[in-house]
Amino acid sequence: MSRKISMKQAINEALDLEMRRDPTVIVMGEDIVGGTGAQGEDDAWGGVLGVTKGLYAKHGNRLMDTPLSESAYIGAAVGAAACGLRPVAELMFLDFMGVCFDQIFNQAAKFRYMFGGKAETPVVIRGMVGAGFRAAAQHSQMLTPLFTHIPGLKVVCPSNAYDAKGLLIQSIRDNDPVIFCEHKNLYGLECEVPAESYAIPFGEANVLRDGDDVTIVSYGLTVHRAMEAATALAKDGTEAEVIDLRTLSPIDWDTIVESVERTGRLVVVDEAHPRCNLATDIAAFVGQNAFGALKAGIQMVTAPHTPVPFAPSLEDLYVPSADSIASAVKRTLSPKGARSIAA
Amino acid sequence: MLNERIKPIVMPKWGLSMSEGKVTGWLKRPGSTISIGDELLEVETDKITNVVEAGETGVLRRVLGEPGTVYPVKALIAVLAEPDVPDDDIDAFINAYAVPVTEGDGEADAGPQYHTAETPAGTIRYAKRGETGPTILLVHGFGGDLDNWLFTIDALAEKATVYALDLPGHGQSTKQIADASLSGLSKAVLGFLDTVGVERAHFVGHSMGGAVSMRTALDAPGRVASLSLIASAGLGEQIDHGYIQGFIGATSRRDLKPVLETLFADRGLVSRQMVDDLLKYKRLDGVDEALRALSASLFAEGRQASVLASGIADARTPTLVVWGEEDRVIPADHAQALANTAQVAVIPGAGHMVQMEAAGKVNALLKDHIAKAD
Repeated sequence: MSRKISMKQAINEALDLEMRRDPTVIVMGEDIVGGTGAQGEDDAWGGVLGVTKGLYAKHGNRLMDTPLSESAYIGAAVGAAACGLRPVAELMFLDFMGVCFDQIFNQAAKFRYMFGGKAETPVVIRGMVGAGFRAAAQHSQMLTPLFTHIPGLKVVCPSNAYDAKGLLIQSIRDNDPVIFCEHKNLYGLECEVPAESYAIPFGEANVLRDGDDVTIVSYGLTVHRAMEAATALAKDGTEAEVIDLRTLSPIDWDTIVESVERTGRLVVVDEAHPRCNLATDIAAFVGQNAFGALKAGIQMVTAPHTPVPFAPSLEDLYVPSADSIASAVKRTLSPKGARSIAA
Repeated sequence: MLNERIKPIVMPKWGLSMSEGKVTGWLKRPGSTISIGDELLEVETDKITNVVEAGETGVLRRVLGEPGTVYPVKALIAVLAEPDVPDDDIDAFINAYAVPVTEGDGEADAGPQYHTAETPAGTIRYAKRGETGPTILLVHGFGGDLDNWLFTIDALAEKATVYALDLPGHGQSTKQIADASLSGLSKAVLGFLDTVGVERAHFVGHSMGGAVSMRTALDAPGRVASLSLIASAGLGEQIDHGYIQGFIGATSRRDLKPVLETLFADRGLVSRQMVDDLLKYKRLDGVDEALRALSASLFAEGRQASVLASGIADARTPTLVVWGEEDRVIPADHAQALANTAQVAVIPGAGHMVQMEAAGKVNALLKDHIAKAD
């Protein structure tokens, strides 16, 4: 049966269902239970925004509150994965990744390769990404390009509750390390989600809207901004195809290229900083592999090359807006767009 | 009353979830003389595009539905009337027309659209429409669900009590199939009828659901008042194994869409929503195993394992056979297997999903057959 739930509930449900299905699935992180060991305080928090709330009551000690040391517990999760468990470690804000780079980039991502295929590391590291939550520069970044840079990591960033549940279940069942990026401003967004378990395969983008005039590619929160832009553009007769990548590693190149070959125009929207991000990556790939199909220069809409501002008025300007996406589409459609290099 | 000579044409309601539809184009011009069954216009919903057929006669006096515009269900989109009805009366009728509020529209719409029943075979989801007349059971095919009857269920429910179920392994019913044979599915269907308190029903089966219905008629003849077999399995060995394997194997929209296009004569009927809904179904835990078990049991090595035509011919159950001439999954000449004992209709311009593609014609055949058999 299907019913409307939020992305936060969908993630909770995915964890619950997988813990029921597979006894090797464990969950660890800072305050994911909250108050463990203190009488009457068990399960008080369920994580900093309550995503794991209620799981302790169902699965007990398979949920572990850790010390405030990301280096330690991410390392422990990676080691447990290599030894046969399927840990899901909550890194709270993925911005904290910096203190456990070695555990993730140099150990988890490399074990399969370094040990000649004899070791697998089925660990999921999930946490919050993205701006707009008034959480300032150290808790608001979209660091996805750091993760996609590393071979051996899979990188997921859902845009809605349905995808979040199916992609998290797939992440837990996957035998390689997965970085699961949850945009905190999507936690409350509801959609129809089946109550049953289901897995969405990696590397299959979701085409949210058909159009023949321009292709807009995005992921996470900005997918919704792209859809808003597409709706506004349709009123002027421009039909945009909107592609939600869902997974960034692996990435669904075929769907992107097939769409651009039909539309001839590409706008890539990425909430990450503008240098060496998903937008530049996709623009380069399309430039190299579908250049002949392009009728205009590829446009990129990204956050600026600055820290995420704390001033609300500036933070609102920081994240790519529907207006900026629509303007980028119009640049690809203008006669000058065919030759313009910069916006 | 003059108003009775003015006949409104409204946005139809196809299936349980439709609330609005888009007029994509008119097939008749204002001033045309219309007969019952004439194709008037095309309407697109998020599930499918289909033709609206005339249910009454008259001259198409006004066309109000603008192509490309979305209208709520029951909105006035055209007016039929005889030539002698004055224009002023038609304008007055249009001005006075109010779209009925859907929620308050009779008791049938007030209840939940889907129900579940706890049966011996597990949880079964079903829909029930209509309160009067004979009882009809709609049984979908391999990989389908009760929404395959979205153009059928309300039309039949005008004069009947209609149940449509999701078979085990399908839709939102249990994904566990204890016995993946035709007998096993037939027992699951009978268990469902027991649970909802139906002793005897007119069985309407599509594709694999037709074979399940035939199996039931042979094993429990007292419970099957008549058979309506639509593009049915079980009437010959041949079946497009590529379709079955493609349907099971496809995990992405790109892979699944061409597979689904083989179901229709008009490939354009496969909408984004149809592909997305099926992908969501196929991703559920247990579905892949269920479909593979059914395929191995019923269609192993690309042939249908059970051909029931001779048994049905002997059984004397009143039977209607309907096929789409352009069926690419099960060949339309299988309809002839029952030519001597059943009413057979092969409909041109339609494929395997003939009950969707030629809904008006199929519904008329079903109503007529069931009325005679009851």
